Amino acid sequence: MRKFLTLLDREVRSYFYSPIAYIVLVFFLLLSGVDFYFQLSFMNGRPVPYTVQEAFFNSVFFWFAFVLIFPLITMRLFSEEFKLGTIEPLMTAPVRDWQVVLSKFFGALVFYIVLWIPTLLYFVIFQTVTHDPAANSAGAYLGSYLMLFLLGIFYLSIGCLASVLTTNQIVAAVISFCAITLHFFSGLVSFIVQDVSSATRQLLGYFSAIEQMGTLSRGEIDTRPIVLYLSMTIVMLALTHQAFQSRKWRL
Amino acid sequence: MIKVENLTKRYPGHTAIEDLSFEVGKGEIMGFLGPNGAGKSTTMRILSSFMPATSGRATIAGFDVFEQSLQARSHLGYMPENVPLYKDMRVTEYLDYRAALKGVPHRRIAERVGDVKELCGLKDVEKKLVGALSKGYRQRVGLADALVHEPELLILDEPTSGLDPNQIRQVRDLIRNLGKQHTILLSTHILPEVEMTCSRVIIINKGRIEACDTPENLLGEIRTAGGVLLEARVGAEDGAEELKKIAGVRDVTTTTDGEWQRFSLRVESGADLREEVFRLAADRRWSVRELSQRKATLEDVFVEITHADDV
Repeated sequence: MRKFLTLLDREVRSYFYSPIAYIVLVFFLLLSGVDFYFQLSFMNGRPVPYTVQEAFFNSVFFWFAFVLIFPLITMRLFSEEFKLGTIEPLMTAPVRDWQVVLSKFFGALVFYIVLWIPTLLYFVIFQTVTHDPAANSAGAYLGSYLMLFLLGIFYLSIGCLASVLTTNQIVAAVISFCAITLHFFSGLVSFIVQDVSSATRQLLGYFSAIEQMGTLSRGEIDTRPIVLYLSMTIVMLALTHQAFQSRKWRL
Repeated sequence: MIKVENLTKRYPGHTAIEDLSFEVGKGEIMGFLGPNGAGKSTTMRILSSFMPATSGRATIAGFDVFEQSLQARSHLGYMPENVPLYKDMRVTEYLDYRAALKGVPHRRIAERVGDVKELCGLKDVEKKLVGALSKGYRQRVGLADALVHEPELLILDEPTSGLDPNQIRQVRDLIRNLGKQHTILLSTHILPEVEMTCSRVIIINKGRIEACDTPENLLGEIRTAGGVLLEARVGAEDGAEELKKIAGVRDVTTTTDGEWQRFSLRVESGADLREEVFRLAADRRWSVRELSQRKATLEDVFVEITHADDV
């Protein structure tokens, strides 16, 4: 456990040593800030049948920023160690493969959570300015951030897998970006392709992050996405572990 | 400390090492020599559990490097070739991290890191970023890292490559001092270094062990063991022909410098023919301005062994 914490500490620090962390933080906050501003100014003009959380977490702005951050966070995790050769001192120290894999995953998760903390402020400010409890509910906050967390762990684990497969960070970023985008927007298929059967539509709906986000940000805590994303994350991390171990036989 | 039995590593298309067997005893400094691509790094990487062997067995302090890799790794300080380091960390920070990773108890980390910084001469740069250090200092950080958990065994892959002569001397002295408490396996190209530091030498070529002995014995065994150099004014006589008549002389090569001639004599191994050469010169009334013996070096051993099948 101590070795895992040592590794985790190094992973989290390494984010804040690199300029990429700050660039991602700034641009993400800029995008989400603009998103929040537009949603509020739209709602300010007319009565709307949705809450501020629903609006914030379901806009195009949000989607765009969301799928882009994962490749940026995860691309360097393993690729960089392979490329710089630092994997050699790392793996010749008495550490287990799973400790390394999990420390990298949780390191990315810590950064991801740090990325979201400032957005809580938006709602705090919103509350104090509007004094309007009707536009808020604890369930909607819980649902929205739970969904962010669930999607986050799943996409980060996809990013880990992509990074362990290659020594090139750009290749890792492209692989994870494609996989994440495909999954995230699969929910839109039923809007684009009109002649799919209702069964297909329903099936896609189960996997559609956009639909699940819609549900959870209304404050309906659905357990199906919780099970889906937790189990998918475990599968992805297990695959990452396998791929990481297989490097020995490819050397 | 190290026991290697029939170790083989095959890559698709070629064999990196084949059927290596050797042992390194406690307290030995073992030199690992060989031309580039001979399999030195491969062997060291297998010993440090970085990659598995195709067949054969290797143990470190009694632990199999594959089956009990974690225990084997904790008995070992390994410094890889080219010393890859995290460039975004500061020297002390990096060593603290490595010490914790290698299981140094929390309360002892500061003490251990302080000790290795002292030992490796890193005090002046302890607050610098690793990425900003010169090659020589990075090499020392790598060495400090290998030492930080007080391993019984050090495996150093070319610890002096890319260093200037002063730094090489410092690292050599450091290794010799470390040899008093640690068992060391080190690979290098620089042969005088091995002669000065190592108690035993393995010469490896094309994945096979060609020789394994003390430097003295290796020097004794080779055929072209040294020779005698004579620089004399011989007048009209054929100096080379006369010198060849001395028993034990295998070959004489001559170069002319004005009216002086330099004769370089290759002699049978172990023979010191300076006295015979002097007597000959005195008899013939040659003026001598230099008479010296050239000792065989490990370089001769190395060249003879590793070039034998290229010729």
